[in-house]
Amino acid sequence: MEITTHDLMTVLHGMGFGALFMLAFSGALVELYRISAPGAPPAMSAGGQTLLGLYLVAMVILAWLTVFSGTYVIYPWYRAVPPEGVTDLADYPRRLLLSSGKTSEWHNVGMEWKEHVGWLAPTAMTMVAYVTMKYGRAIIQHRNMRISVLAFAVAAFVATGIAGAFGAFLNKYAPIRGGDVIILMQGEGT
Amino acid sequence: MNTSQKPVEFGKIVETIPNGPGAAAILAAGIGCAAIGVLAFASELSPGLRGLLNFYNPVGPLSGKTTVTIIVWLVAWYGLSRIWQRETVNMRAVNVAALVLLGIGFLLTFPPFWYLFV
Repeated sequence: MEITTHDLMTVLHGMGFGALFMLAFSGALVELYRISAPGAPPAMSAGGQTLLGLYLVAMVILAWLTVFSGTYVIYPWYRAVPPEGVTDLADYPRRLLLSSGKTSEWHNVGMEWKEHVGWLAPTAMTMVAYVTMKYGRAIIQHRNMRISVLAFAVAAFVATGIAGAFGAFLNKYAPIRGGDVIILMQGEGT
Repeated sequence: MNTSQKPVEFGKIVETIPNGPGAAAILAAGIGCAAIGVLAFASELSPGLRGLLNFYNPVGPLSGKTTVTIIVWLVAWYGLSRIWQRETVNMRAVNVAALVLLGIGFLLTFPPFWYLFV
């Protein structure tokens, strides 16, 4: 059982950072709604507020790690240009997709959208975390502010969903390959 | 910071903070979201701009788009925070502006929209 360094980084970007960020949304959205809903029962304890703050900060870190690893580590492998004369494009995902009309739109629409829309998420989520931590339960006094916080949190979720879904499809049609081989486990082949 | 103590409906006392700092963060986030959309759209229309945004060759123009976006967002946040630090602003107007900017961000990052103009 082996994996290449490029595979490993792609998994870390998509599953380690991106998917974990997506998974964290359900908890964050419920909690943000709970503290900001009008007529919500008791005030959150200081410990609860600290925990929510830490949770949101962790989400912000995951969001930034996802976009930075995607843009500055994975993307250069994706857009690598094959040397003159190379006909096997398996190691050059962008060129591989563009080489056929059946797959070119996965790049022209899918990758182009993914690489830009994903950046909405960390910007939006940083604001959500900042406002939530700064105002805490007092956000109940600012109706329009909590509308924005919830709207931007949902927008971050949608943006991440778009980027993640296209990432999964792109990795199916033109996976990132290459790098050094890491042997995880040695089996007994027949 | 201009703060006061004010009772809220469930009988607890919470600190009342002017909405300016929150409004600044919200509007700046909207500006940041719109910025990546505007840069993505503009660089698709202008090969010259695309070249200018190529800050780091392995990443290409995306490096410039993301770097400029972060700078625009942080400068907007800092500037608005300074102006609205102790202010109570019209949050409804800020909200509308921020959500419109967010919508612009989504629309202008959507490639089929670019291809209507290219």
